[in-house]
Amino acid sequence: MRAIGIVLAGGNNKAMKELSSRRAIAAMPVAGSYRSIDFALSNMSNSHIQKVAVITQYNARSLNEHLSSSKWWDFGRKQGGLYVFNPTITADNSVWYRGTADCIYQNIDFLKNSHEPYVVIASGDGIYKLDFAKVLEYHIEKKADITVVVKELPPEEDASRFGVVRMNPDMRITEFEEKPIEASGNTVSTGIYIVRRRQLIELLEKAASEDRYDFVKDILIRYKNIKRVYAYKLDSYWSNISTVDSYYKTNMDFLKKDVREFFFNQYPDIYSKVDDLPPAKYNPGAEVRNSLVASGCIVNGKVENSVLFKKVYVGNNCVIRNSVILNDVYIGDNTVIENCIVESRDTIRANCRYTGEDGKVKIVVEKNERYNM
Amino acid sequence: MIKKEMIAMLLAGGQGSRLGVLTSKVAKPAVAFGGKYRIIDFPLSNCINSGIDTVGVLTQYQPLRLNTHIGIGIPWDLDRNRGGVTVLPPYEKSTSSEWYTGTANAIYQNLEYMELYNPDYVLILSGDHIYKMDYELMLDYHKANNADVTIAAMPVPIEEASRFGILVTDEHNRITEFEEKPANPSSNLASMGIYIFSWPVLKEALIRMKDEPGCDFGKHIIPYCHENKQRLFAYEFNGYWKDVGTLGSYWEANMELIDIIPEFNLYEEFWKIYTKSDILPPQYFAENSKVFRSIIGEGTRVYGEVYNSVIGSGVMIEEGAVIRDSIIMQNVTIGAGAVIDKSIIAESVEIGEGAVLGVGEEAPNTLNAKVYSFGLVTIGENSYIPPRVHIGKNTAISGITEASDYDNGLLPSGGSIIKGGADR
Repeated sequence: MRAIGIVLAGGNNKAMKELSSRRAIAAMPVAGSYRSIDFALSNMSNSHIQKVAVITQYNARSLNEHLSSSKWWDFGRKQGGLYVFNPTITADNSVWYRGTADCIYQNIDFLKNSHEPYVVIASGDGIYKLDFAKVLEYHIEKKADITVVVKELPPEEDASRFGVVRMNPDMRITEFEEKPIEASGNTVSTGIYIVRRRQLIELLEKAASEDRYDFVKDILIRYKNIKRVYAYKLDSYWSNISTVDSYYKTNMDFLKKDVREFFFNQYPDIYSKVDDLPPAKYNPGAEVRNSLVASGCIVNGKVENSVLFKKVYVGNNCVIRNSVILNDVYIGDNTVIENCIVESRDTIRANCRYTGEDGKVKIVVEKNERYNM
Repeated sequence: MIKKEMIAMLLAGGQGSRLGVLTSKVAKPAVAFGGKYRIIDFPLSNCINSGIDTVGVLTQYQPLRLNTHIGIGIPWDLDRNRGGVTVLPPYEKSTSSEWYTGTANAIYQNLEYMELYNPDYVLILSGDHIYKMDYELMLDYHKANNADVTIAAMPVPIEEASRFGILVTDEHNRITEFEEKPANPSSNLASMGIYIFSWPVLKEALIRMKDEPGCDFGKHIIPYCHENKQRLFAYEFNGYWKDVGTLGSYWEANMELIDIIPEFNLYEEFWKIYTKSDILPPQYFAENSKVFRSIIGEGTRVYGEVYNSVIGSGVMIEEGAVIRDSIIMQNVTIGAGAVIDKSIIAESVEIGEGAVLGVGEEAPNTLNAKVYSFGLVTIGENSYIPPRVHIGKNTAISGITEASDYDNGLLPSGGSIIKGGADR
């Protein structure tokens, strides 16, 4: 494809509470076997984008570990490949990334040294499948300067944590309100953009010269009347995981047949780093209903409406219900877990009870010594 | 010049004809095992875990699946700048061209490959055993004994000893006698087909014996080395080692994996087994599914019931289907309401809804009673079984079968349906 990719994966978010205290949101495990950033990277790879930069800053260790080899997404190429840009100190720069525009601006050589005419910008916290080639076709057809991929949220969902957009009948964006106090509509920006590369360089350099650092506020909103900013509607599944509730809900969505089949069984595939784990094992006493179980799990108890990530051990007579159990969790015998998200590498003692009350999801962080048990 | 202390040569060209229809399209080392693995994953993982990063894989019979599985060796970290994995098929020479006619002949035809790495020792492996073994310890033993040849061996029940190459040793484990498949074995120490040769000894023996028809390690090279008074030692191995050469032993070895603490433990952190995994998603269990004492691979969807079984990746088990005591390989679809008892179902098979496998009393198989026994139903890859047929025990099916292939909807025990053109 005639585009390079940029994945913004540097952000932190207080709405993720304890879950993001030790990892970047883009590294959050999703749907049993994946991490959030796999969706953006796989979409780029499947759209034949060959050169992709991931920009990281906050708590990047787990993300860097996940990206330690680019071959899983087919980016292990001589032409192009996967670049990871952490903030660095140089002769003329000694600041952290100050915003979404600044983090790209600080790596503007990446843009200048490429020859592809377009840039696809995506964030690392979206769960979706999208052929960027189709968006680019639309971008060219509309003669747009910037194309924003938008999603119409169902009416019951609160749009106020997103950028809310309004379009004219030609789909040109006329209004763009970032995280409004009260949302005036339910069509939101997904944080996925296509821009011509030279146009982007120009906009970033202009913004930097005025000490403006935010892509949405200082470029999209500021230029929306001067530049042709168009909306591309995404009709298939899209979800953003950056709050505890939406993270929980997104994982639970994969228990629905249509979502599961869309991501797991329809071409093209989502890729992830391969862990060499044995098949999941079910011993006598195991009872599993409407649940996803990843490889390496050993199940001795009851699991209902839940997602077990890789290498989870469920002890005898346990009951796991409506919960998300992240990677490498050990759950001792007779323990009950309901409406919880259990943090990865937790060790939970036998005979315990954890339940999220009144429809609230509880985050469980328990670091007991596993090998003394 | 490249220098590797020890390289491995992995013999993976055999058909494994005792596995019947399971190997009609693939070489035995490429047969699926344990839910997500293939048999060759075990020796390949042993190599990399033992620090051997140069492995020649000799292929001949039906190599396509093996070639695509091994690729450039990424899953085993065998994609190396120097060394790594190399697939070695038979090739045409300027003076002659011949297939690999025997195990040693195959190695002889690849002398050039081995010379390339200038090794001190060469490890000879076969691609059809399930075990975890540290070849580095075996090499230490070889060096400590100042041996020319070291043969890994394990004690077997004396009544089974006549199936193996038998080693008779002195008190220092030096081999005094070697009997290939003896009628009256004089010891129960069986060769496991794993050899370390000091390179000059191997090279000399291969060249000297090159005109032997069907030149074989057990029949020719080892006896030759023994007659020449070379230092042959037995390296006793007492871990888990399983030859999965027959349908019965293949089925048993899979079933042992579902024990609560299996003798062969895939869940240990140490000594991982690597494989190429194409299918990543987690497995899904529906509301009315049941699972008991089983292992299940990635991406499998269970809407029915699974008991005491080993299920591969990407399998679809539809509503109301019941699977007991069976091995289901990857990408199989089991139709709604089908009942599968004690069956081995190879890759990408489709079982029509309501089909019943493993019914009735046992009867000897009329096609090949030796291969298709143990009361198993064996179905070759890419086969299709029409809805609602009944299939007896000790049966074999391969190809796209139609309802008219079954008299009154039944394939009685001991029957077989082998159809060509199982390409879909």
